[in-house]
Amino acid sequence: MSADKILVALLSLAGMAFTYWFFLMKKDEVVMVSDAVDIIVEGGYSPSAISIPIGKTTKISFLRKDPSSCLEEVVLSEFKIRRYLPLNKKVTIEVTPKKEGTFPFSCGMNMFHGKIIVK
Amino acid sequence: MWDEHVPRKNNSQMITKKTFPIKGIHCASCVYTTEKALKNTPGVKDAVVNLATTKATVTYDSDDCTPEQLADSIAKTGYALELKEKNEEIQEQEKKKELKILKTKVIASLFIGALIFWGSFPGLMNTSPPFLRNFFLQLLLATPIQFWAGLDFYKATIPALRNRTANMDTLVALGTTVAYVYSAFVTFLPKVVMNLGIDHMPYFDVAVIVIGLILLGRYFEAKAKIGTSTAIKKLMGLAPKTARVLRESKDLPAGRQEIDIPIDQVQINDVIRVRPGEKIPVDGIIIEGDSSIDESMVTGESIPADKTKGDTVIGATINKTGTFTYKATKVGQDTMLAQIIKLVQEAQGSKAPIQRLADIVSSYFVPIVIMLAFLTFGVWYIFGPSPAFLFALLNTVAVLIIACPCAMGLATPTAIMVGTGKGAEHGILIKDAESLEIAHKINTVVFDKTGTLTQGKPKVTDFEYMNDVEKLTKLNKDYILSLATSLEKGSEHSLSEAIVSYGNTESKKYNVKNFNAVAGHGIKGTVDERKVVVGTKKFMEQEKVMRCAELDKSADKLTSEGKTLAYIGVDGKNVALAGIQDTLKDTAVEGVKALQKLGIEVVMITGDNKRTAEAIGRKVGIKRILAEVLPDQKEAEVRKIQTEGKKVAMVGDGINDAPALAAADIGIAMGTGTDVAIEAADITLVNKDLRTVASAIDLSKKTMRTIRMNLVWAFGYNIILIPVAMGALYPSFKILLSPIFASVAMATSSISVVANSLLLKRYKI
Repeated sequence: MSADKILVALLSLAGMAFTYWFFLMKKDEVVMVSDAVDIIVEGGYSPSAISIPIGKTTKISFLRKDPSSCLEEVVLSEFKIRRYLPLNKKVTIEVTPKKEGTFPFSCGMNMFHGKIIVK
Repeated sequence: MWDEHVPRKNNSQMITKKTFPIKGIHCASCVYTTEKALKNTPGVKDAVVNLATTKATVTYDSDDCTPEQLADSIAKTGYALELKEKNEEIQEQEKKKELKILKTKVIASLFIGALIFWGSFPGLMNTSPPFLRNFFLQLLLATPIQFWAGLDFYKATIPALRNRTANMDTLVALGTTVAYVYSAFVTFLPKVVMNLGIDHMPYFDVAVIVIGLILLGRYFEAKAKIGTSTAIKKLMGLAPKTARVLRESKDLPAGRQEIDIPIDQVQINDVIRVRPGEKIPVDGIIIEGDSSIDESMVTGESIPADKTKGDTVIGATINKTGTFTYKATKVGQDTMLAQIIKLVQEAQGSKAPIQRLADIVSSYFVPIVIMLAFLTFGVWYIFGPSPAFLFALLNTVAVLIIACPCAMGLATPTAIMVGTGKGAEHGILIKDAESLEIAHKINTVVFDKTGTLTQGKPKVTDFEYMNDVEKLTKLNKDYILSLATSLEKGSEHSLSEAIVSYGNTESKKYNVKNFNAVAGHGIKGTVDERKVVVGTKKFMEQEKVMRCAELDKSADKLTSEGKTLAYIGVDGKNVALAGIQDTLKDTAVEGVKALQKLGIEVVMITGDNKRTAEAIGRKVGIKRILAEVLPDQKEAEVRKIQTEGKKVAMVGDGINDAPALAAADIGIAMGTGTDVAIEAADITLVNKDLRTVASAIDLSKKTMRTIRMNLVWAFGYNIILIPVAMGALYPSFKILLSPIFASVAMATSSISVVANSLLLKRYKI
């Protein structure tokens, strides 16, 4: 095998390993929320993992800064909420979790994900 | 709700003009007060309040004044300035804007793409004008498309990468950038490429046409997606804007005046007048007049309902013939329409269990595709035929472009949105996606008899007298009936009510003395100085009433028909007999038949005795009867059927049979008046038409079929075409996928999923 082919083989493998590490080994930093939290919607959700108390109403405000139509809706299926997020306008959703657990939320097309941890 | 004019600099001031709705204004004096308050707010240059639209247009310096300050000023006057713009309206405006921009970008990229394609495609390029074959001109044409039309892909990709996430845009941005950067490299440094033994042809056409086609797909997808939420918009659009309320006024001779007020100002107990052809503003009860009302838009009931004093009317329905006044009983978020909208919105926000697999796959999908793209490049470069680099490059781009996670993401929610919306238009309210998914598996439907299959109001169907009663007893028939109805008036039993309403209006009313009701047996008393007894056969025996042979014979016949009997005795003789039955709803037989046609077993549950229950069962076509079941045993009976391995739907009124509804796999509450938010019900049927039970189950079957088709398509597409783009068919068939074809396939894929969901709209309920 010629040198260039060996180099390309190595680069391909490195690219695959990097992709795996970069996207799939990401650890979410959980933000503790007591009353209210602002989530910035830009290339995903920031913060993407929040911890909220059980039985208490928490205000989650989404502010979409990303024009991608992918992120134009947010779905909190556990709370039966699908809400349109206008660009650069805050949309506040109130949730009162009744049970403990981890509940995912996502964009309307289910490509960007976040989670709500209820404790 | 409000228009924002572009702020402009004017003598270093930021002058802004905005329109805000004001709540509570209904007269010229309100206009004056609110205008004055606004004008006195620091920073406000001008303010005009319009009574007809109940809106204020304010021109102000946004450096000195904020909308919140305007709201404070108005609040001090006792009115309210609304700052919130309705989410749906913003959505509509943004969608329109987005579609307009997309259209321009699609036209520009496809036009320029076609020009570059003409100047660079082998076999075709010879027919093009020479300047189109110039690589620098191609670069000049392709650059704005790559970074203007394709800007959204980058805008989405860069922050996503910052968050270490990726989506469809990441793939498109990567794919087209690879093609564009390589082409630019070839254009500026052709010799370097040639020295590597590669033909120095750029691929600007790939980058530009791929962007154009993907944007075209996105344009159609955005248009189609609007169609998935039309049902909810239609429901929202039903709400009338104003109400004609009668308000007390001491100045007027009539003592009250009619004023038109915005719908959100209507309060409970307001008296509202509705004329023919007008929409009924909120829910309420008629206090004067009668009319025929078209309720089809809310309940799905196609035949107009005749309503008179004391009847309930539903907001947003249309008054057809008469004029009437009614008292508002539910306003704002409590109206039936508002509850329906809330239920449908919640259902559309829920997730079906079937979506779980798609959820898991989509969270790994894009990174896996990027990894496959690296693999494709490596394998083609190392093992591919010459020119290996170009094969590797184009196949890598094809892999990045053809992958379509959108189709997987859209497969379930679009069908749920169309399905639940379609149901709502016909009075079928599905609580959530999970209920919809379970409903399609239902193979047994249990009907509660009283009030569900039947009207819930027993009626006297037969009233027989002993032969020659007038001759033998010296009592005429009308007199006997009058005695019975006079006595029954003292009882609240539903059978007594049936006898009272059977007695015609001309029946004389006599005073009753010594009234006595014996629970489960009957009643007795002295009416017009005669001893009158009404009740069961056993009661007659206890009261030593002489039996009548021919009435006993009739009794056997009536019992076999499932009727309840009331014997009437006057002065110790059985002189008459009433056969009482709860009448079946008009749609009961058809409703049961429709379910049986779907292959569903129908069961009836009732507290009635076996004979009566069986007779009704025969009439309605139900073979499996659960009779003599006390209300608190219904839940256990439902569970018993479930142990047979059946998926059970229980149909009831949602109030008396809530435990049974909750115990069933699917609880269906029907004909619930204006209260549609029933906790125990998975499906609420707004109208009383029993055929809708079958329609609801059929709709769930159709929706689930659409979801399955969508998922098979979305998964199948990616599972088959990604390997094809990687070159899986090349060794055997020499087939490769051009990136341009990949973009056509990708764009078509998500549109077909949305279009397939939209086909559900054609389903006839």
